[in-house]
Amino acid sequence: MYSEATLQQLEEIACQLRIDSLEMIYRRQAGHPGWSLSAAEIMAALFFNKLRLDPARPDWPERDRFILSKGHASAILYAALARRGFFPSSDLAGWGQLDCHLQGHPDRLKTHGVEMSTGILGHGLPIGVGLALAARLDGAAHRVYVVLGDGECQAGVIWEGAMAAAKFQLANLTAILDYNDVQLDGPVHEIMPLEPLAAKWRAFNWNVIEINGHNLRQVLEALDLAAETHNGPTVIIAHTTKGKGVSFMENRSQWHGVPPTAAQLEQALGELRRPAGAGRN
Amino acid sequence: MGELAMREAYGRALAEYGTSNPKLVVLDPDTSSSTLSCYFAQRFPERFFNVGIAEPCMVDIAVGLALAGKVPFANAFAALLSFRAMEQIRTCVCYARTNVKLVAGYAGVSDYKDGPTHHAITDIATMRALPEMTVIVPGDGAEAARWVPIIAEYDGPVYLRINRAGALPTHNAGLPLQIGKGLTLRPGRDVTIVAAGTLVGRSLLAAEELAALGLDARVIEMHTIKPLDVELVAQAAEETGALVSAEEHSIVGGLGSALAEALADCHPAPLERVGLRDTFARTAPDPESLMDAFGMGVADIVAAARRAAARCAAARKRK
Repeated sequence: MYSEATLQQLEEIACQLRIDSLEMIYRRQAGHPGWSLSAAEIMAALFFNKLRLDPARPDWPERDRFILSKGHASAILYAALARRGFFPSSDLAGWGQLDCHLQGHPDRLKTHGVEMSTGILGHGLPIGVGLALAARLDGAAHRVYVVLGDGECQAGVIWEGAMAAAKFQLANLTAILDYNDVQLDGPVHEIMPLEPLAAKWRAFNWNVIEINGHNLRQVLEALDLAAETHNGPTVIIAHTTKGKGVSFMENRSQWHGVPPTAAQLEQALGELRRPAGAGRN
Repeated sequence: MGELAMREAYGRALAEYGTSNPKLVVLDPDTSSSTLSCYFAQRFPERFFNVGIAEPCMVDIAVGLALAGKVPFANAFAALLSFRAMEQIRTCVCYARTNVKLVAGYAGVSDYKDGPTHHAITDIATMRALPEMTVIVPGDGAEAARWVPIIAEYDGPVYLRINRAGALPTHNAGLPLQIGKGLTLRPGRDVTIVAAGTLVGRSLLAAEELAALGLDARVIEMHTIKPLDVELVAQAAEETGALVSAEEHSIVGGLGSALAEALADCHPAPLERVGLRDTFARTAPDPESLMDAFGMGVADIVAAARRAAARCAAARKRK
């Protein structure tokens, strides 16, 4: 259903979002590189194919709602919003400066296109429940998308939100879980195991789709399937690699929140700029 | 209506207001038969969401509803709302400035039967420390009902503090209710009692007793703890020279602390604080005897007013 041309275009965007994120984190010498890299295909599929948005009208009532529950990955969100036209790409250079609208973590009151301020983990899912309930009350057709980190599924409020979404049968709510298995202090499966994760979501009465989160066709088809599912909320468990695309960052928890040096950035960009398609998953 | 329990008056007003404001949505974490948000639930089931025993989740869902243009009233016991959901309130309500109305039931020591696990004696302290928050403490049932449309139509976060029990009437029915504008319920020259919540009616009784003792006490109802009506406080300090704060809350961080800050900033004057004296209370057979036993009785207000007036007189003598 998706042409090779579409997939290739989105792959190039995902690659560009990775490059943008690393350059931003390097320039600022702060940020969370690992997660920005693992979610690049998810963000490319959402912002450049699936989400109904109008950058000229950030408050367009019929827009799809997107919440980056794990606000630490603000770099890739800002990169996506800029490339999508919500604000000039030149703003990215000011990220973190006192007079820049781009805060360390996303701020809905300062940055166009940011639906909700995030950064403390666990809020995105229950807030998404509220947005989805409101859409249903209004008879609105738009959908609500929440991107979750895996580590934040250790927070109890995620499961409070999961229970509520199932109780209210919110088929207009889709969660995409970036399952890279790395968190600040080490591997998720060591710090506080989540497995059996798919079974947990099923036990909470969610529909579950498991995919390779770096395979754009799988990401797009899972989002389509979720939208066509009418019996309650769906979670897409996207198996990903933290630090994807940069050899020395992949699967390393030490790259959760550490910026690269100049030499490391150069090596990373060199690896990312290799011809796309060759390494398609 | 002044005799109506505060929660009863609030619950009825919320259900009534639901007819005129279709944007109103109501949430409750399995306490609707206690907060009396159940009246709204019975009339507008499609706009009522019971989220189970999950206050943090409730506040976040309310945030989502507010982002979509609804006006959510999120009800819960004050003790749980102000502690368990504090992080949600700080980050997603105040920092993100979402239009969520937090209605904190069973406030102060009004859940006298259950004891300190369900007392809320520091909620004003924590709520008023949050940027963007408005904190309102009605004095009686009739007043609680009047706040419902006012806070619903105000754009921004609000914490409305509701008692389980009744309160002595404040007799403020004829006075205009406005966020941030205190009410002078009784004129007086010698000392000013600034009271909130259930201590308003008690302060009016105290003023009667003080009059018999030859002390002319002004009584101000400070229903809005934040933003504080600093002008009215400064004027009272200027004109009466001595003040008393009276609240069903700890003396740490609540109305008393707000007054102390305002006085230090603009018009230093002796202040005596009536409230729980930095201690947990206990279980009791009724709220009145509990308040009397923990320093919030009429006699405590009278004694505090006499101390404040004496400090003022001593200071004048030294000059």
